[in-house]
Amino acid sequence: MTAAVLPIHELRDLRQAAKERFDVLGFPTTKNEDWKFTNLAPFLKTLGAQAGSAEPLNLAAQPFADLRCPRLVFVNGRFAPELSSAPAGVKAGSLREALDSGGAGQVGRYADFEKNALVALNTAEFEDGALVEIGNGCVLDSPIHLLFVSTGGAAYPRNLILAGRDSQATVIETYLGLGEQPNFTCAVTELVAGDGSVISHLKLQDESTRALHWGMLRVEQGASSNFTSHNIALGAGLARNEIAAVLAGEGAECTLKGLYLATGRQHIDNYTTLDHAREHSTSHELYKGILDGDSHGVFHGRIIVRPEAQKTDAIQRNKNLLLSRGAVINTKPQLEIYADDVRCTHGATVGQVDQEAVFYLRSRGIGLAEARSLLTVAFTGEILEGIPVEVIRSRLATAISARLSGLGS
Amino acid sequence: MLEIRNLQARVQDKEILKGIDLKVNAGEVHAIMGPNGSGKSTLAQVLAGREVYEVTGGGVLFDGKDLLAMKPEDRAREGIFLAFQYPVEIPGVSNMYFLRTALNARRKYQGLEELDAMDFLQLVKEKAALLGLNEALLARPVNEGFSGGEKKRNEIFQMAVLDPRLCILDETDSGLDIDALKAVANGINVMRSPERGIVIVTHYQRLLGYVVPDFVHVMSNGRIVRSGGKELALELEQQGYAWLEPEAVRA
Repeated sequence: MTAAVLPIHELRDLRQAAKERFDVLGFPTTKNEDWKFTNLAPFLKTLGAQAGSAEPLNLAAQPFADLRCPRLVFVNGRFAPELSSAPAGVKAGSLREALDSGGAGQVGRYADFEKNALVALNTAEFEDGALVEIGNGCVLDSPIHLLFVSTGGAAYPRNLILAGRDSQATVIETYLGLGEQPNFTCAVTELVAGDGSVISHLKLQDESTRALHWGMLRVEQGASSNFTSHNIALGAGLARNEIAAVLAGEGAECTLKGLYLATGRQHIDNYTTLDHAREHSTSHELYKGILDGDSHGVFHGRIIVRPEAQKTDAIQRNKNLLLSRGAVINTKPQLEIYADDVRCTHGATVGQVDQEAVFYLRSRGIGLAEARSLLTVAFTGEILEGIPVEVIRSRLATAISARLSGLGS
Repeated sequence: MLEIRNLQARVQDKEILKGIDLKVNAGEVHAIMGPNGSGKSTLAQVLAGREVYEVTGGGVLFDGKDLLAMKPEDRAREGIFLAFQYPVEIPGVSNMYFLRTALNARRKYQGLEELDAMDFLQLVKEKAALLGLNEALLARPVNEGFSGGEKKRNEIFQMAVLDPRLCILDETDSGLDIDALKAVANGINVMRSPERGIVIVTHYQRLLGYVVPDFVHVMSNGRIVRSGGKELALELEQQGYAWLEPEAVRA
């Protein structure tokens, strides 16, 4: 996992190798232990070869399209400069353009496709994505918003985020679906958090229920860097989000927080890997899920502690609220510890809305449905309160309340 | 105001209330005492509408209405307030938001306009000052990480804000140090009024030193076995509950 630098430096060779690798691996099946609970086959059948709709985009009605900060917009995997506004004080734009002029040589250095078919597919197929370079010591006041809109068909966004030494920034990735057509998103983001940097990453996935969404965030952390991820999954028929963070420098700290909300027949899978590679690294992970209808949630939390990573401190928690009899969660911790002086804890809970609390609220005059909804929204608070951008926090709270008000009844 | 007639209730197959008769008028303070297991807390819970208890006989009228036919939230909206023996922690919901939702649910039920955030804040600050409640507790999630004393004070505070017509206090005095006990007693005394009925369920006489009841009832084995004035509490303090039927004390 650790920064396997590929012996190939030419982009064309890299993509050819990725294509060949994907041809060997194919789409993952449930025979693969890492995909045991998530079956892509039925979704892949429905996708076909349709292209994205050519209708003009109406982003105005989307609560997460305009987050009052500079944004780069990609439609069906292609950069849309007319919808974008460049942030000040930082180099941010199309990865394609940078590659065409011989830059962005780090693409593919971190997201290894040897064992990951979908990383291979993205590497072979991507057309564009965002390149964000935050200089050493640069502190960005405003977040940078990367918005990916799908109108149907397949898109392979590829992003590279390079945060220099002692820099500080917040990067938001939003995935939305517009229109009626099925779509497939296959996205890879490589993020390098330089020594001493403080980087916050937020992913909002709200694609349509006809979407198959797969995304990988590969994080490489330098010494004493502090990286935080908030990963919010609301949409898609089938969504799988992978995060692989390598705490490659001494004293790195990583926080992974996630919230998934599924209803109907939605399937949401989170697969996270925290790879502690050096001494004194710390990770905190908390994923919370609310599942209703016949939805299916999966949480797979892998923690690796390398022999060099003494004094590692890792805490992983996964909490789930099941609102219906038909909802299912599979939760699986996977700890691989090769050092002896470490503290690693993990825990998972699955439960219903607390009946004692429901009665307490009712005894104060709050109706049954409102009491349940209030407690369900409260369950999300622990994740939402840490989101560093107020406008997102409040819009998410509104969206989640609206979505939950109809659930569990 | 409250009229309980031959009330019987059980949890699963266990009979707990075996025929309670009690009348509480506006302006009166009643203390219900008795040993553990006598059914006094069950009585409080049944009045608030806790669903684990099954009412098997008798009836309860509140202002002439059939209380037992109402949902718990409607009982609260009609003006019944239960101060819990073990207040529930609700992470993620602030005390302020919780109380405003509750108060407005009741106002809506009464056909009154809902209070906006400013008016509500005003009311809450007033009540907090009246009861000497630390305002920092208001912004915190309901009861989360509160000490035992803070939880009980928070119950009294909620009671003051919601302004019920009948207050039922279930062992609100248990586990309190003397300062917290005085604060709780002060809160109850502040709430005492000719329009309001108060029922204090307690094991000990301690609280009754600060809140002097008009009537004292002793429960044993699911029944009220003695009723009297405030002097009955003092008598119990001296004699304990040993004079009750031995099997009832053990139960």
